[in-house]
Amino acid sequence: MSQKTINWYKYAAPANFYVLAGKMIPWFTAITIILFAVGLYMGFFLAPRWGGDQKESYHIIFIHVPAAWMGMFLYVLMAIYAGIGWAFNARLASMMATAISTTGAIFTFISLVTGSLWGRPAWGVWWVWDARMTSTLILLFLYIGFISLQSSIDDPRRADRAGAVLALVGLINVPIIYFSVKWWNSLHQGATITAKGYQMVPSQLAAMLILLAACWMYSIAVVLARVRYIIREREREAPWLAEAAA
Amino acid sequence: MFGWLVWRDLILAWRRRADVLATFFFFVLVVSLFPLGIGPERELLRSIAPGVVWVAALLASMLALGRLFGNDYQDGSLEQILLTPQPLYLVVLAKILSHWVVSEVPLVIVAPLLGVQFGLSQNTLIVIALSLLLGTPVLSLIGAIGAALTLGLRAANVLVALLVLPLYIPVLIFGAGAVSATVEGLSPQPYLLLLGATLVVSLVFAPWATSAALRISVE
Amino acid sequence: MGGYGLYVWGSYGVTLILLGGEVIMLLKRKRDLSRRATSPQLETRNPKLETL
Repeated sequence: MSQKTINWYKYAAPANFYVLAGKMIPWFTAITIILFAVGLYMGFFLAPRWGGDQKESYHIIFIHVPAAWMGMFLYVLMAIYAGIGWAFNARLASMMATAISTTGAIFTFISLVTGSLWGRPAWGVWWVWDARMTSTLILLFLYIGFISLQSSIDDPRRADRAGAVLALVGLINVPIIYFSVKWWNSLHQGATITAKGYQMVPSQLAAMLILLAACWMYSIAVVLARVRYIIREREREAPWLAEAAA
Repeated sequence: MFGWLVWRDLILAWRRRADVLATFFFFVLVVSLFPLGIGPERELLRSIAPGVVWVAALLASMLALGRLFGNDYQDGSLEQILLTPQPLYLVVLAKILSHWVVSEVPLVIVAPLLGVQFGLSQNTLIVIALSLLLGTPVLSLIGAIGAALTLGLRAANVLVALLVLPLYIPVLIFGAGAVSATVEGLSPQPYLLLLGATLVVSLVFAPWATSAALRISVE
Repeated sequence: MGGYGLYVWGSYGVTLILLGGEVIMLLKRKRDLSRRATSPQLETRNPKLETL
């Protein structure tokens, strides 16, 4: 090509982004698989045993923590995309927000389940109302609210914008919710859970971070795929779609 | 204009007072159901009372939200209201205020009376009223956002609940916390202050978000 | 695994099921779209579109 710089703005158009995303997906899928393989191998076979009272169930943490972080990062990302889509009337940004919502909700749910499965051998109970678990549960409700709202609105642009308002209101509320739950928890001295006290050995931390990266790559691949289907569904009438399909 | 809107809504609510009373009786009913479901043991009732009263208030508030914009939306007057040159922020605030007076204030008044059923001390009853007085406006303010977002949608009632309940959680924690603290003999002051802070913040931001949501829903 | 195998396998199993399920849902969506796009002017079996 004779151009020296890429005109990024052209990818704001769904048509062009569709093609770009299509090319990127295989790469991200490959990286995901590699990273998962490496991370799991390191976590299960290379990293040393955990000390203290965590016994042998600490393997769960390698997936629990990344899943929890993904749930949170994706919510923020979703809110940002939705906000951009609303503020700049950018359809593609709104579509990205919708695409992210499902993946974020799934990771949050995984985080709750794995957290519960971790808690059982570690503390003897299936569920504790500590600040982190409770906030994660509320985050799941926020996701479900966003997804339900968008599914209930037929007009796509109204759905985009309404979702944006909800996501942004939710985003602002998350710190408030976390603070109030933390306070609530510290007052009702039920569970004596401290997630602190784990000194992670570098190789364990590395395994976890690699798995976190794997989750990111997975999310990118899946979200790009989903946004392509959203584009196809929403732009059904557009002529470029017939061209791309031909 | 502000005063006129508030007055108009109050009169309209009076004409449909059956709706308003329904919310009120729902609250009374729900609070009274708990002792029936759990047993009359005094200590137990005293410890669950804060949570029960507050959750019932949350649920009753949510039920009432449909009325905030719903009636005006259905007969087309909401569109007209949106077209007035008055800043939408004030219009929304006026509607929320009258909604609060009609739907929530009765709860604030009756809750201490219901508290008697749970064997609470006089101090506790006062704190119940106070926490609800500070908290219910927040419920209306935040609820208005949900009501505006779900205007005209099918199953809007359930959807509003889904959207708004997570956002209500801090208010619940602070409000019920204030009452719990009093039951245990501690000072409710930090909770009430937090409730007050939440109220101030909501007063500033919620009507703005609601206006944005209204424009999105009504165009 | 010191008897906690169930929890560890359970965790990774749930993760696999959910993430795998997500991918399967996407594939199904693609298939539905392709089926719907069966109309005279569209060629549905295009390898370019089926990258995932």
